[in-house]
Amino acid sequence: MKEFKGRVIAPGTVTAEAVVSHGGFNTLASLQGALQFGDKKATCGDQNNPDLHGKELAGKALCLPMTIGSTTGGLVLYCACAMERQPACMLFSKPIDSLAAAGSILASVWLEGISMPVVDSLGDDFLEAVKHGDTVEVKENGVVVIK
Amino acid sequence: MYLTPEQQAILDGAKGETMAKVMKTLVMYGETFGADKLVPVTSDYNHLVTSFGLKMMGPVFDLMQQLIDAGAVSSQKFSVDPRPVDKNVPANFLQKLVFNKFMYSTQESYEEQLKQLGLMDKDAFTCACYLDQVGNKPKKGDILSWAESSAVVYANSVLGARCNRNSGIMDIMGSIAGYVPNFGLLTDEGRKATWIVKVECENKPEAQLLGSAIGMKVMEDVPYVMGMEKWLGTELNDENCAYLKDFGAATASNGAVGLYHIANLTPEAKELGEALIAENAQVYVIDDAELERVKNNYPVMWKNPDAKPKLCFVGCPHMSMEQLKSWTVRVEEGLKAAGNKKVLIPTVFTTAPAVKAEFEKTEYAARLKTTGVILSYICPLMYMNNPLCKSMSVMTSSNKLRTYTTARYYTEDDILAKITKGGN
Repeated sequence: MKEFKGRVIAPGTVTAEAVVSHGGFNTLASLQGALQFGDKKATCGDQNNPDLHGKELAGKALCLPMTIGSTTGGLVLYCACAMERQPACMLFSKPIDSLAAAGSILASVWLEGISMPVVDSLGDDFLEAVKHGDTVEVKENGVVVIK
Repeated sequence: MYLTPEQQAILDGAKGETMAKVMKTLVMYGETFGADKLVPVTSDYNHLVTSFGLKMMGPVFDLMQQLIDAGAVSSQKFSVDPRPVDKNVPANFLQKLVFNKFMYSTQESYEEQLKQLGLMDKDAFTCACYLDQVGNKPKKGDILSWAESSAVVYANSVLGARCNRNSGIMDIMGSIAGYVPNFGLLTDEGRKATWIVKVECENKPEAQLLGSAIGMKVMEDVPYVMGMEKWLGTELNDENCAYLKDFGAATASNGAVGLYHIANLTPEAKELGEALIAENAQVYVIDDAELERVKNNYPVMWKNPDAKPKLCFVGCPHMSMEQLKSWTVRVEEGLKAAGNKKVLIPTVFTTAPAVKAEFEKTEYAARLKTTGVILSYICPLMYMNNPLCKSMSVMTSSNKLRTYTTARYYTEDDILAKITKGGN
């Protein structure tokens, strides 16, 4: 069991199975197909992300360094939340980027009853320690436990 | 974060619940990034990324309607990314059905929403809003609330405006409030380069390949690029601006670059030189072998990698007038050398409606048409954003299009050879 402490961007607690991207997570490339064509499991469609391509993202603990790519990223995340196909939580090893932050903030301000805890600045060690399929617990104070 | 009494009153609901939510969104955004205050948006126009009436965006349309109903619209008009559909672009029966009846069935009603929110012109649909013919070109030092990664990186780097890599929806929030949080690329410190990129190629590198390599390496950081002077010189002429447009789009889509400096060329690099480089900046050396390595690592997503290309897109981001003219000449010369009269692969050049209208007044328009190339205002990315295109062997010179779709990247010379001479 390993513990990491980060900064809470969107509060909440959750326990979920980890999916891990070691490179930047391209939100548009990853989620556009799934949202457009009714894939409730939100299978990652990003051909350039060998860690996640073809893996289900909805309801998973998405562990990543940051998001990259199109500035539609935040609204794609917002739509995923509104359609309830979002990850269970987003856990960033680095400080959060502006697109992911926007998605998280927009969902929190403009949508009712959506929960997607977001923690950033967990450190590079976190991304090295967490593996696909690990059970990850997010606590209210930004502590993330890999079980 | 410090708020003026007026900003605090809006946050507290003095202008209604919706405006309070707009302000809360901006305050949370700023606080996440340690902004000290909100600063006024100073550009003449805004630019939005959400141009497409894509069915999956229902939650966005609902939010836009909420803003309209509450009268929470900006006094600042805006341009917006390209339209997703153009009947002039080749599509089979099934694709047309999917585009018009399923994917983009809400395009018309969404465009009506955009008009109510402040669209600057009925044809203000382009990712390259800063082109002269479009008329949304910020001044150096202007504070923007734009989204669209390729436009943001161009405005910051080539025009010297100041804009963060705002997400869609966040773009309109800042414009409605008239303020954006002061952090990141809005600050002098945030505009310093944390990477030095030394370009040591033998020949002028392909803009979209060089941008891709840099984007993948530096991700969200600011690069200071050296070694380009022998090809680009020191003046921002039309040719250089087009090169930097394509270069920047690749840095922003293959990574998350919002600002780059080119030594002795871009405005801040000319003004401040190496003082723009932060302490302990990392170094990335790019030579021909490195560019080849990057190119060879792109996954080929065609079902049959040896297939003959079925369609070719040039112009993501949209082409400039200079590019349309120079490509017209290149295609003509390529066809003549190969003994062909028309392009051998259906080819679409994409540009802004305003550029298209101006181009069509020149003698080049008829010449381009004679080559068989189709000129369109479409967004190639939106065209390809469906499963039917997955089985199509589409080629492109755009590294942005390659990143988001199954299109295969080729250099401009390779594209030219394939469309004029044929072959796989």
